[in-house]
Amino acid sequence: MTTATARPTVPISARDFKSDYNPIWCPGCGDYSVVLSFTRAFASLGLRPENTAVVSGIGCSSRIPAYLTSYGFHGVHGRSLAAAAGLKLARPDLTVVVASGDGDGYSIGGNHFMHACRRNVDMTYVVMDNHVYGMTKGQPSPTTEPDWNSKLSPGGTGVRTFHPLVIALAAGANFVARAFSGDPSGTANVLVEAIKTPGFSFVEILSPCVTFRPEQREWKNAVRPAPVGTTNDPARAARYIMTDDGFNLGILYRGERAPYQPPMGRGNKQPADLEKGFAI
Amino acid sequence: MNAKKAAAKPARGHPRKAAAGAKSRPEAGIASIDELMAYAYALELEAAERYAEFADAMEAHNNREVAELFRKLARIENRHAEQVLEEMGWVSPPDAPHGGYKWEGFEAPESGDVTELHYLMQPYHALQIALHNEKRAHAFFGSLVKQARNAKVRKAAQEMEQEEAEHVRLIEEWIKRTPKPDADWAIDPDPPVLAD
Ligand SMILES: Cc1ncc(C[n+]2csc(CCOP(=O)(O)OP(=O)(O)O)c2C)c(N)n1
Ligand code: SF4
Repeated sequence: MTTATARPTVPISARDFKSDYNPIWCPGCGDYSVVLSFTRAFASLGLRPENTAVVSGIGCSSRIPAYLTSYGFHGVHGRSLAAAAGLKLARPDLTVVVASGDGDGYSIGGNHFMHACRRNVDMTYVVMDNHVYGMTKGQPSPTTEPDWNSKLSPGGTGVRTFHPLVIALAAGANFVARAFSGDPSGTANVLVEAIKTPGFSFVEILSPCVTFRPEQREWKNAVRPAPVGTTNDPARAARYIMTDDGFNLGILYRGERAPYQPPMGRGNKQPADLEKGFAI
Repeated sequence: MNAKKAAAKPARGHPRKAAAGAKSRPEAGIASIDELMAYAYALELEAAERYAEFADAMEAHNNREVAELFRKLARIENRHAEQVLEEMGWVSPPDAPHGGYKWEGFEAPESGDVTELHYLMQPYHALQIALHNEKRAHAFFGSLVKQARNAKVRKAAQEMEQEEAEHVRLIEEWIKRTPKPDADWAIDPDPPVLAD
Protein backbone atom coordinates (compact mmCIF):
# COMPACT_ATOMS: atom_id res chain seq x y z
CA MET A 1 0.00 0.00 0.00
CA THR A 2 1.29 3.43 -0.76
CA THR A 3 0.65 6.11 1.77
CA ALA A 4 0.61 9.56 0.31
CA THR A 5 2.31 11.97 2.65
CA ALA A 6 0.40 15.20 2.87
CA ARG A 7 2.69 18.11 2.08
CA PRO A 8 2.62 20.68 4.84
CA THR A 9 1.03 23.86 3.64
CA VAL A 10 2.04 26.27 6.40
CA PRO A 11 4.45 28.79 4.94
CA ILE A 12 7.91 28.59 6.40
CA SER A 13 9.80 31.58 7.70
CA ALA A 14 13.52 32.27 7.64
CA ARG A 15 13.66 31.46 11.33
CA ASP A 16 12.44 27.91 10.66
CA PHE A 17 15.66 27.25 8.75
CA LYS A 18 17.87 28.15 11.70
CA SER A 19 19.03 25.30 13.90
CA ASP A 20 19.14 25.32 17.69
CA TYR A 21 22.93 25.51 17.71
CA ASN A 22 24.62 28.83 18.24
CA PRO A 23 27.45 29.33 15.77
CA ILE A 24 30.95 28.76 17.11
CA TRP A 25 32.63 31.52 15.15
CA CYS A 26 34.61 34.50 16.36
CA PRO A 27 32.32 37.35 17.36
CA GLY A 28 32.42 39.67 14.34
CA CYS A 29 32.92 36.95 11.70
CA GLY A 30 31.13 37.73 8.43
CA ASP A 31 29.83 34.17 8.25
CA TYR A 32 27.09 34.93 10.83
CA SER A 33 25.33 37.06 8.23
CA VAL A 34 25.66 34.33 5.62
CA VAL A 35 23.50 32.09 7.83
CA LEU A 36 20.89 34.82 7.76
CA SER A 37 21.08 35.07 3.97
CA PHE A 38 20.71 31.30 3.53
CA THR A 39 17.63 31.21 5.76
CA ARG A 40 16.05 34.21 4.05
CA ALA A 41 16.71 32.79 0.59
CA PHE A 42 15.30 29.36 1.48
CA ALA A 43 12.18 30.90 3.00
CA SER A 44 11.68 33.26 0.11
CA LEU A 45 11.85 30.34 -2.34
CA GLY A 46 9.26 28.47 -0.29
CA LEU A 47 11.68 25.57 0.25
CA ARG A 48 11.16 23.15 3.09
CA PRO A 49 13.94 21.79 5.32
CA GLU A 50 13.16 18.22 4.28
CA ASN A 51 13.70 19.12 0.60
CA THR A 52 16.89 21.10 1.09
CA ALA A 53 20.45 19.89 1.60
CA VAL A 54 23.50 21.94 2.50
CA VAL A 55 26.79 20.17 1.88
CA SER A 56 30.14 21.57 3.00
CA GLY A 57 33.84 20.82 3.27
CA ILE A 58 36.12 21.87 6.14
CA GLY A 59 36.86 25.31 7.51
CA CYS A 60 35.09 27.90 9.64
CA SER A 61 32.74 28.65 6.73
CA SER A 62 32.05 24.96 6.22
CA ARG A 63 30.48 24.70 9.67
CA ILE A 64 27.35 26.31 8.28
CA PRO A 65 25.21 23.15 7.83
CA ALA A 66 25.15 22.74 11.63
CA TYR A 67 23.54 26.12 12.02
CA LEU A 68 20.73 25.42 9.57
CA THR A 69 17.68 23.20 9.79
CA SER A 70 17.83 21.17 6.58
CA TYR A 71 19.68 18.07 5.51
CA GLY A 72 23.34 18.73 6.11
CA PHE A 73 26.61 17.03 5.28
CA HIS A 74 29.83 18.38 6.78
CA GLY A 75 32.19 16.50 4.53
CA VAL A 76 35.86 16.15 3.76
CA HIS A 77 38.21 19.07 3.11
CA GLY A 78 37.91 20.19 -0.52
CA ARG A 79 35.51 17.42 -1.50
CA SER A 80 32.13 19.02 -0.87
CA LEU A 81 31.33 19.35 -4.58
CA ALA A 82 31.89 15.64 -5.25
CA ALA A 83 29.59 14.67 -2.40
CA ALA A 84 26.99 17.23 -3.44
CA ALA A 85 27.00 16.18 -7.10
CA GLY A 86 26.43 12.57 -6.04
CA LEU A 87 23.58 13.63 -3.82
CA LYS A 88 21.91 15.77 -6.47
CA LEU A 89 22.13 13.05 -9.11
CA ALA A 90 20.74 10.44 -6.73
CA ARG A 91 18.06 12.76 -5.34
CA PRO A 92 17.19 15.30 -8.06
CA ASP A 93 14.15 16.35 -6.01
CA LEU A 94 16.39 18.01 -3.40
CA THR A 95 17.63 21.58 -3.62
CA VAL A 96 21.36 21.19 -3.09
CA VAL A 97 23.51 24.09 -1.89
CA VAL A 98 27.22 23.66 -1.27
CA ALA A 99 29.11 25.84 1.21
CA SER A 100 32.85 26.32 1.19
CA GLY A 101 35.71 28.71 1.92
CA ASP A 102 38.50 29.99 -0.30
CA GLY A 103 40.91 27.45 1.17
CA ASP A 104 38.48 24.56 0.97
CA GLY A 105 37.18 25.53 -2.45
CA TYR A 106 40.17 26.91 -4.32
CA SER A 107 43.22 25.16 -2.77
CA ILE A 108 42.55 21.54 -1.93
CA GLY A 109 39.21 21.64 -3.74
CA GLY A 110 40.40 23.62 -6.76
CA ASN A 111 40.25 20.76 -9.20
CA HIS A 112 36.75 19.77 -8.13
CA PHE A 113 35.69 23.38 -8.60
CA MET A 114 36.68 23.47 -12.28
CA HIS A 115 35.11 20.14 -13.11
CA ALA A 116 31.91 20.93 -11.23
CA CYS A 117 31.54 24.07 -13.36
CA ARG A 118 32.22 22.00 -16.47
CA ARG A 119 29.78 19.25 -15.49
CA ASN A 120 27.01 21.75 -14.71
CA VAL A 121 25.00 19.67 -12.23
CA ASP A 122 22.01 21.65 -11.01
CA MET A 123 23.23 22.99 -7.66
CA THR A 124 24.48 26.20 -6.08
CA TYR A 125 28.06 26.60 -4.89
CA VAL A 126 28.69 29.30 -2.29
CA VAL A 127 32.24 30.23 -1.36
CA MET A 128 32.65 32.47 1.68
CA ASP A 129 35.85 34.19 0.65
CA ASN A 130 37.92 35.88 3.36
CA HIS A 131 41.27 35.61 1.56
CA VAL A 132 42.72 33.45 4.35
CA TYR A 133 42.53 30.04 6.03
CA GLY A 134 40.61 31.05 9.15
CA MET A 135 40.18 27.71 10.85
CA THR A 136 43.87 26.79 10.79
CA LYS A 137 44.89 30.24 12.06
CA GLY A 138 45.73 32.50 9.23
CA GLN A 139 47.67 30.87 6.39
CA PRO A 140 47.40 32.54 2.98
CA SER A 141 44.88 31.07 0.56
CA PRO A 142 44.71 31.28 -3.25
CA THR A 143 42.81 34.58 -3.00
CA THR A 144 45.24 36.19 -0.53
CA GLU A 145 46.95 39.27 -1.89
CA PRO A 146 50.60 38.48 -2.83
CA ASP A 147 51.94 41.19 -0.52
CA TRP A 148 49.92 40.26 2.58
CA ASN A 149 52.54 40.20 5.26
CA SER A 150 51.96 37.93 8.25
CA LYS A 151 53.94 35.77 10.63
CA LEU A 152 53.06 32.78 8.49
CA SER A 153 53.97 34.45 5.20
CA PRO A 154 56.66 37.03 6.00
CA GLY A 155 56.81 39.61 3.24
CA GLY A 156 53.83 38.01 1.52
CA THR A 157 53.68 34.97 -0.71
CA GLY A 158 54.54 36.91 -3.84
CA VAL A 159 52.15 34.63 -5.72
CA ARG A 160 49.42 36.15 -7.87
CA THR A 161 45.85 35.54 -6.78
CA PHE A 162 43.45 33.02 -8.20
CA HIS A 163 40.45 34.58 -9.96
CA PRO A 164 37.50 32.38 -9.01
CA LEU A 165 34.80 34.16 -11.00
CA VAL A 166 36.70 34.09 -14.27
CA ILE A 167 37.73 30.49 -13.71
CA ALA A 168 34.11 29.53 -13.01
CA LEU A 169 33.03 31.25 -16.19
CA ALA A 170 35.76 29.73 -18.34
CA ALA A 171 35.07 26.29 -16.93
CA GLY A 172 31.36 26.49 -17.76
CA ALA A 173 29.41 27.61 -14.67
CA ASN A 174 25.94 28.71 -15.69
CA PHE A 175 25.56 31.51 -13.15
CA VAL A 176 28.30 33.67 -11.65
CA ALA A 177 27.76 36.28 -8.95
CA ARG A 178 29.49 38.16 -6.18
CA ALA A 179 27.82 39.16 -2.92
CA PHE A 180 28.84 40.65 0.43
CA SER A 181 28.02 39.16 3.83
CA GLY A 182 27.33 42.62 5.28
CA ASP A 183 24.37 42.90 2.91
CA PRO A 184 22.31 39.90 4.05
CA SER A 185 19.18 40.80 2.06
CA GLY A 186 21.12 41.52 -1.14
CA THR A 187 22.99 38.24 -0.68
CA ALA A 188 19.71 36.38 -0.08
CA ASN A 189 18.34 37.81 -3.35
CA VAL A 190 21.43 36.61 -5.24
CA LEU A 191 21.07 33.16 -3.66
CA VAL A 192 17.43 33.01 -4.69
CA GLU A 193 18.41 33.68 -8.32
CA ALA A 194 21.32 31.24 -8.12
CA ILE A 195 19.10 28.45 -6.84
CA LYS A 196 16.38 29.21 -9.39
CA THR A 197 18.80 29.15 -12.32
CA PRO A 198 19.18 25.59 -13.67
CA GLY A 199 22.69 24.16 -13.74
CA PHE A 200 25.79 24.99 -11.70
CA SER A 201 25.55 28.38 -10.01
CA PHE A 202 28.59 29.91 -8.39
CA VAL A 203 28.26 32.66 -5.77
CA GLU A 204 31.30 34.22 -4.17
CA ILE A 205 30.40 35.90 -0.88
CA LEU A 206 33.01 38.31 0.47
CA SER A 207 32.86 37.47 4.19
CA PRO A 208 35.39 39.16 6.48
CA CYS A 209 37.61 37.17 8.84
CA VAL A 210 37.90 39.76 11.60
CA THR A 211 40.42 37.71 13.55
CA PHE A 212 43.15 37.13 10.98
CA ARG A 213 42.26 39.91 8.53
CA PRO A 214 40.78 42.66 10.75
CA GLU A 215 41.35 45.16 7.95
CA GLN A 216 38.50 43.41 6.08
CA ARG A 217 36.08 45.31 8.35
CA GLU A 218 36.61 48.04 5.76
CA TRP A 219 35.08 45.93 2.99
CA LYS A 220 31.72 47.48 3.82
CA ASN A 221 33.08 50.74 2.47
CA ALA A 222 34.67 49.17 -0.60
CA VAL A 223 31.79 47.13 -2.03
CA ARG A 224 29.31 48.63 -4.50
CA PRO A 225 26.80 47.38 -7.05
CA ALA A 226 28.47 46.35 -10.30
CA PRO A 227 28.05 49.11 -12.88
CA VAL A 228 27.01 46.55 -15.51
CA GLY A 229 23.94 44.35 -15.60
CA THR A 230 23.72 40.60 -15.94
CA THR A 231 24.82 39.27 -19.31
CA ASN A 232 24.40 35.87 -20.98
CA ASP A 233 27.52 36.44 -23.08
CA PRO A 234 30.45 34.70 -21.35
CA ALA A 235 33.08 36.67 -23.29
CA ARG A 236 31.57 39.95 -22.19
CA ALA A 237 31.25 38.77 -18.60
CA ALA A 238 34.86 37.55 -18.61
CA ARG A 239 36.16 40.85 -19.94
CA TYR A 240 34.26 42.71 -17.29
CA ILE A 241 35.18 40.45 -14.37
CA MET A 242 38.86 40.39 -15.36
CA THR A 243 39.08 44.12 -14.99
CA ASP A 244 37.00 44.71 -11.86
CA ASP A 245 38.70 45.17 -8.50
CA GLY A 246 36.91 42.34 -6.72
CA PHE A 247 34.37 44.56 -4.97
CA ASN A 248 31.62 44.85 -7.57
CA LEU A 249 28.50 43.04 -6.40
CA GLY A 250 25.75 41.47 -8.42
CA ILE A 251 24.83 38.72 -10.83
CA LEU A 252 27.49 39.06 -13.48
CA TYR A 253 26.61 36.15 -15.74
CA ARG A 254 23.59 33.94 -16.27
CA GLY A 255 23.83 31.41 -19.10
CA GLU A 256 21.46 29.02 -20.76
CA ARG A 257 23.30 25.69 -20.66
CA ALA A 258 21.12 22.72 -19.88
CA PRO A 259 22.11 21.06 -16.62
CA TYR A 260 23.88 17.73 -16.64
CA GLN A 261 21.55 14.71 -16.59
CA PRO A 262 22.85 11.19 -16.02
CA PRO A 263 22.26 8.95 -19.07
CA MET A 264 18.72 7.58 -19.07
CA GLY A 265 18.07 4.72 -16.71
CA ARG A 266 21.36 4.95 -14.86
CA GLY A 267 19.95 6.75 -11.89
CA ASN A 268 17.82 3.96 -10.46
CA LYS A 269 20.11 0.96 -10.99
CA GLN A 270 21.41 -1.11 -8.09
CA PRO A 271 25.21 -1.41 -7.65
CA ALA A 272 25.02 -5.09 -8.69
CA ASP A 273 23.39 -4.14 -12.02
CA LEU A 274 26.10 -1.54 -12.63
CA GLU A 275 28.80 -4.08 -11.91
CA LYS A 276 27.40 -6.33 -14.65
CA GLY A 277 28.19 -3.61 -17.14
CA PHE A 278 31.86 -3.89 -16.25
CA ALA A 279 32.09 -7.68 -16.53
CA ILE A 280 34.58 -8.88 -19.16
CA MET B 1 -4.25 56.36 21.70
CA ASN B 2 -3.80 56.98 18.03
CA ALA B 3 -0.90 56.10 15.82
CA LYS B 4 0.64 59.51 15.87
CA LYS B 5 0.54 59.58 19.62
CA ALA B 6 2.16 56.19 19.65
CA ALA B 7 4.90 57.40 17.45
CA ALA B 8 5.27 60.45 19.64
CA LYS B 9 5.79 58.73 22.96
CA PRO B 10 9.20 59.64 24.25
CA ALA B 11 11.84 57.11 25.25
CA ARG B 12 9.96 53.90 25.57
CA GLY B 13 11.37 53.41 28.98
CA HIS B 14 14.97 52.74 28.16
CA PRO B 15 18.00 53.58 26.24
CA ARG B 16 18.95 51.37 23.43
CA LYS B 17 20.61 51.85 20.07
CA ALA B 18 23.43 53.84 18.52
CA ALA B 19 25.35 55.31 15.53
CA ALA B 20 26.89 58.01 13.66
CA GLY B 21 24.96 60.02 11.23
CA ALA B 22 24.42 57.35 8.57
CA LYS B 23 21.50 58.29 6.38
CA SER B 24 18.84 55.66 5.89
CA ARG B 25 15.60 56.11 4.06
CA PRO B 26 13.16 54.02 2.14
CA GLU B 27 13.74 54.52 -1.54
CA ALA B 28 10.12 55.25 -2.24
CA GLY B 29 8.56 57.83 0.04
CA ILE B 30 6.25 56.66 2.81
CA ALA B 31 2.64 57.55 2.09
CA SER B 32 0.70 56.54 5.20
CA ILE B 33 0.96 56.19 8.96
CA ASP B 34 0.49 52.43 8.62
CA GLU B 35 3.45 52.24 6.29
CA LEU B 36 5.58 54.41 8.53
CA MET B 37 4.80 52.30 11.56
CA ALA B 38 5.48 49.09 9.64
CA TYR B 39 8.95 50.46 8.98
CA ALA B 40 9.30 51.42 12.64
CA TYR B 41 8.28 47.92 13.66
CA ALA B 42 10.72 46.25 11.27
CA LEU B 43 13.53 48.51 12.42
CA GLU B 44 12.97 47.65 16.09
CA LEU B 45 12.49 43.95 15.49
CA GLU B 46 15.61 43.58 13.36
CA ALA B 47 17.59 45.48 16.00
CA ALA B 48 16.29 43.13 18.71
CA GLU B 49 17.15 40.03 16.69
CA ARG B 50 20.65 41.31 15.97
CA TYR B 51 21.35 42.10 19.62
CA ALA B 52 20.16 38.62 20.58
CA GLU B 53 22.60 37.14 18.04
CA PHE B 54 25.37 39.33 19.46
CA ALA B 55 24.54 38.06 22.95
CA ASP B 56 24.73 34.45 21.74
CA ALA B 57 28.09 35.10 20.08
CA MET B 58 29.54 36.68 23.22
CA GLU B 59 28.16 33.87 25.36
CA ALA B 60 29.86 31.29 23.15
CA HIS B 61 33.12 33.07 23.96
CA ASN B 62 32.34 33.29 27.65
CA ASN B 63 32.20 37.08 27.65
CA ARG B 64 29.19 37.03 29.96
CA GLU B 65 29.15 40.67 30.93
CA VAL B 66 28.82 41.87 27.34
CA ALA B 67 26.45 39.01 26.51
CA GLU B 68 24.13 40.18 29.30
CA LEU B 69 24.29 43.76 28.05
CA PHE B 70 23.36 42.72 24.52
CA ARG B 71 20.55 40.59 25.95
CA LYS B 72 19.25 43.67 27.74
CA LEU B 73 19.43 45.74 24.57
CA ALA B 74 17.54 42.96 22.74
CA ARG B 75 14.81 43.03 25.39
CA ILE B 76 14.51 46.80 25.11
CA GLU B 77 14.23 46.69 21.32
CA ASN B 78 11.72 43.88 21.49
CA ARG B 79 9.63 45.96 23.83
CA HIS B 80 9.80 48.84 21.38
CA ALA B 81 8.59 46.58 18.59
CA GLU B 82 5.71 45.37 20.77
CA GLN B 83 4.81 48.95 21.58
CA VAL B 84 4.46 49.72 17.89
CA LEU B 85 1.97 46.86 17.60
CA GLU B 86 0.06 47.95 20.69
CA GLU B 87 -0.07 51.56 19.67
CA MET B 88 -1.32 50.70 16.22
CA GLY B 89 -3.78 48.15 17.60
CA TRP B 90 -2.21 45.47 15.40
CA VAL B 91 -2.71 41.93 16.63
CA SER B 92 0.01 40.55 14.40
CA PRO B 93 3.13 41.99 12.78
CA PRO B 94 2.45 44.10 9.69
CA ASP B 95 3.20 42.63 6.28
CA ALA B 96 6.40 43.84 4.70
CA PRO B 97 5.81 46.10 1.70
CA HIS B 98 5.86 44.45 -1.70
CA GLY B 99 9.52 43.86 -2.58
CA GLY B 100 10.57 44.16 1.09
CA TYR B 101 11.67 47.09 3.19
CA LYS B 102 13.94 49.52 1.39
CA TRP B 103 16.70 50.91 3.54
CA GLU B 104 19.31 53.26 2.30
CA GLY B 105 22.12 51.21 3.80
CA PHE B 106 22.43 47.44 3.58
CA GLU B 107 20.26 46.87 6.62
CA ALA B 108 17.70 48.56 8.85
CA PRO B 109 19.35 51.57 10.49
CA GLU B 110 19.16 50.24 14.03
CA SER B 111 20.74 46.84 13.31
CA GLY B 112 24.26 46.50 14.65
CA ASP B 113 27.12 45.74 12.28
CA VAL B 114 28.23 42.15 12.88
CA THR B 115 31.87 42.91 12.15
CA GLU B 116 32.06 45.43 15.01
CA LEU B 117 32.16 42.64 17.61
CA HIS B 118 35.35 41.50 19.27
CA TYR B 119 35.63 38.61 21.68
CA LEU B 120 37.41 40.78 24.26
CA MET B 121 35.10 43.76 23.94
CA GLN B 122 33.73 45.45 27.05
CA PRO B 123 30.33 46.96 27.94
CA TYR B 124 31.65 50.35 26.87
CA HIS B 125 32.20 49.05 23.32
CA ALA B 126 28.77 47.43 23.23
CA LEU B 127 27.21 50.74 24.21
CA GLN B 128 29.16 52.53 21.48
CA ILE B 129 27.58 50.14 18.98
CA ALA B 130 24.18 50.87 20.51
CA LEU B 131 24.80 54.61 20.35
CA HIS B 132 25.76 54.37 16.70
CA ASN B 133 22.56 52.48 15.95
CA GLU B 134 20.36 54.98 17.80
CA LYS B 135 21.94 57.85 15.91
CA ARG B 136 21.26 56.10 12.62
CA ALA B 137 17.64 55.52 13.63
CA HIS B 138 17.37 59.20 14.51
CA ALA B 139 18.81 60.17 11.11
CA PHE B 140 16.41 57.75 9.40
CA PHE B 141 13.29 59.38 10.86
CA GLY B 142 14.81 62.82 10.33
CA SER B 143 15.17 62.09 6.66
CA LEU B 144 11.55 60.84 6.52
CA VAL B 145 10.43 64.14 8.03
CA LYS B 146 12.17 65.96 5.18
CA GLN B 147 10.75 63.70 2.50
CA ALA B 148 7.18 63.38 3.75
CA ARG B 149 4.62 64.79 1.37
CA ASN B 150 1.76 64.16 3.74
CA ALA B 151 1.38 66.30 6.89
CA LYS B 152 0.21 63.42 9.11
CA VAL B 153 3.15 61.23 8.11
CA ARG B 154 5.51 64.14 8.64
CA LYS B 155 4.18 64.75 12.13
CA ALA B 156 4.41 61.08 13.10
CA ALA B 157 7.94 60.86 11.68
CA GLN B 158 8.86 63.94 13.70
CA GLU B 159 7.61 62.27 16.84
CA MET B 160 9.65 59.17 16.07
CA GLU B 161 12.66 61.36 15.43
CA GLN B 162 12.25 63.00 18.83
CA GLU B 163 11.89 59.64 20.45
CA GLU B 164 15.12 58.44 18.86
CA ALA B 165 16.85 61.62 20.03
CA GLU B 166 15.80 60.72 23.53
CA HIS B 167 17.24 57.23 23.10
CA VAL B 168 20.51 58.74 21.96
CA ARG B 169 20.56 60.85 25.09
CA LEU B 170 19.83 57.88 27.34
CA ILE B 171 22.62 55.81 25.80
CA GLU B 172 25.01 58.70 26.18
CA GLU B 173 24.09 58.83 29.88
CA TRP B 174 24.62 55.11 30.17
CA ILE B 175 28.04 55.43 28.56
CA LYS B 176 29.01 58.10 31.11
CA ARG B 177 28.31 55.61 33.89
CA THR B 178 30.34 52.86 32.18
CA PRO B 179 34.09 52.42 32.75
CA LYS B 180 36.25 53.24 29.74
CA PRO B 181 38.42 50.32 28.63
CA ASP B 182 42.18 50.51 29.00
CA ALA B 183 44.13 51.19 25.82
CA ASP B 184 45.31 47.56 25.69
CA TRP B 185 41.86 45.99 26.05
CA ALA B 186 42.26 43.95 22.85
CA ILE B 187 45.61 42.46 23.79
CA ASP B 188 45.24 38.77 24.43
CA PRO B 189 48.12 37.11 26.28
CA ASP B 190 47.16 33.87 24.50
CA PRO B 191 46.16 35.14 21.06
CA PRO B 192 44.39 33.07 18.44
CA VAL B 193 47.21 33.62 15.95
CA LEU B 194 50.04 31.17 15.38
CA ALA B 195 53.22 32.83 16.56
CA ASP B 196 56.52 31.88 14.95
C1 LIG C 1 42.94 16.92 4.09
C2 LIG C 1 43.07 18.10 4.99
N1 LIG C 1 44.07 18.95 4.81
C3 LIG C 1 44.19 20.04 5.61
C4 LIG C 1 43.28 20.26 6.59
C5 LIG C 1 43.45 21.46 7.50
N2 LIG C 1 42.49 22.50 7.20
C6 LIG C 1 41.33 22.60 7.86
S1 LIG C 1 40.41 23.91 7.40
C7 LIG C 1 41.63 24.42 6.31
C8 LIG C 1 41.50 25.68 5.50
C9 LIG C 1 40.18 26.33 5.60
O1 LIG C 1 40.21 27.56 4.95
P1 LIG C 1 38.93 28.16 4.23
O2 LIG C 1 38.31 27.15 3.36
O3 LIG C 1 39.35 29.43 3.59
O4 LIG C 1 37.90 28.37 5.39
P2 LIG C 1 37.76 29.45 6.56
O5 LIG C 1 38.21 28.71 7.78
O6 LIG C 1 38.63 30.63 6.25
O7 LIG C 1 36.32 29.77 6.55
C10 LIG C 1 42.69 23.53 6.30
C11 LIG C 1 43.90 23.68 5.47
C12 LIG C 1 42.22 19.33 6.74
N3 LIG C 1 41.29 19.49 7.65
N4 LIG C 1 42.15 18.27 5.93
S1 SF4 D 1 38.90 32.64 12.32
FE1 SF4 D 1 38.06 34.12 10.85
S2 SF4 D 1 36.74 32.89 9.49
FE2 SF4 D 1 37.10 31.69 11.35
S3 SF4 D 1 35.37 32.17 12.72
FE3 SF4 D 1 37.07 33.55 13.23
S4 SF4 D 1 36.64 35.39 12.03
FE4 SF4 D 1 35.44 33.74 11.11
